[in-house]
Amino acid sequence: MIPFKLPSLGADMEQGKLLQWHVKPGDAVQRGQVVAVVDTSKAAVDVEIWDAGLIHELRVQPGETVPVGAVLATLLAPGEAAPVAPPAQAAAKPAVAIAEPIAAAAAAVTAPAAAAATRPAVSPSARRRAKELGIDAEALHGSGAQGAVTLADVEAAAAQRSAAAPADRAQAMRRAIAAAMSRSKREIPHYYLSETIPMARVLAWLQQHNEGLAITERILPAVLQLKAVGLALQRVPQLNGFYRNDAFEPATAVHTGVAIALRGGGLVAPALHAVGSKPLAQLMRELADLVQRARAGSLRSSEMSDPTITVTNLGDQGVEAVFGVIYPPQVALVGFGSVAVRPWVEGGELRAVPLLTASLAAAHRVTDGHQGALFLAELRDLLQQPEQLAAADGGMEKKA
Amino acid sequence: MSMDRTALRATALDVLHSIAPEVETDTIEPARPLRHQVDLDSMDWLNFLIGLHQRLGVNIPEADYAQLVTLDNVLDYLQARLA
Repeated sequence: MIPFKLPSLGADMEQGKLLQWHVKPGDAVQRGQVVAVVDTSKAAVDVEIWDAGLIHELRVQPGETVPVGAVLATLLAPGEAAPVAPPAQAAAKPAVAIAEPIAAAAAAVTAPAAAAATRPAVSPSARRRAKELGIDAEALHGSGAQGAVTLADVEAAAAQRSAAAPADRAQAMRRAIAAAMSRSKREIPHYYLSETIPMARVLAWLQQHNEGLAITERILPAVLQLKAVGLALQRVPQLNGFYRNDAFEPATAVHTGVAIALRGGGLVAPALHAVGSKPLAQLMRELADLVQRARAGSLRSSEMSDPTITVTNLGDQGVEAVFGVIYPPQVALVGFGSVAVRPWVEGGELRAVPLLTASLAAAHRVTDGHQGALFLAELRDLLQQPEQLAAADGGMEKKA
Repeated sequence: MSMDRTALRATALDVLHSIAPEVETDTIEPARPLRHQVDLDSMDWLNFLIGLHQRLGVNIPEADYAQLVTLDNVLDYLQARLA
């Protein structure tokens, strides 16, 4: 029997509220399949499962709040038979006790049937609407005939939820961010570096690249910056990974957490996966999708727990530079300010050049300023070579 | 396709609202820079222009982005392109 536990969806998460199951006992699940929706203080997250098998028992019901690490469900490994319920468990959970060893497929039929007896009737339209809204219709108090849950009951529950949500969520999110950042400032000895990067070449290249393209295919400068971070980290891998149990665990791929401001306040920093090895057009599509889903509240659990470094870009707000707070257990954060035309000396001549200030906040637990400086120098050099950024693998793997 | 300015304005504000749902579109001042009134980052701005492109069929080259600062600018531009 494999336990499926509530994963940590970020350093600022201690517990989660199960909103919805996408599976039921007896369902076969694949690695990476979204099986549940869990509400953290920040967002509703689609939680993936990382073992294949057959769902045996759902231990947590929609509406319940449980700590990180709690067993949400159990599943049977491929080929494993449903166990004989031990007496202790049978006493504690009579609803799912199974008297005889039976195949998992049979268990699938038995469990919901047993549970159905105690649950209220739900009208088909109410069930459909509840599913759309992610509400557990069977947990509602029915106002229909014989306590049946009606469409109106579901709509009322939804209205109540959305009326209660914004203020609570904003407060909970602020508290979660404060807790994670306090921990970071308390535990991580930060150092900060910055570098001014001329952007004329890369912007000229981008302008030319975008010129012939439909608006839906155009790439934003932020994508080139992310790609450059991904490639620079391949050369200075000490900044990419996690610090856990008093040791640095380098990460093999670069999954940049992208800080995304949410409308109505707060932020999330979900992962854009493998940024160093993807073509720009793909990164642009994935970034647009990630921003859209972050704001709609439909991120996946791997995106919340995977980032190996964070990138924050406040350039759109017109600030010159940003020095970030590292998101534990990561060990570095890259900040980009706005691109602005300023005086710049090149080859002994004073020119007006678009300039970008890139910063690095990094943890002394893993690196010193020397490695940090190497990283920013790589970043600066890569942003002078747009053709290399545009190559699918950045030209790095070939050389290695 | 020809549209009068009122209909064009309604479409533009509708697209804007889909990107920034918190905005009260009635309060937008047409002659003030849009991005000073609505919190739009470069991804939002691109999505705004993509939305206009999809609703109105107007292709907006990147070189023209600089002309589109206020709501009036946007409407002038769209009207000229749709005429």
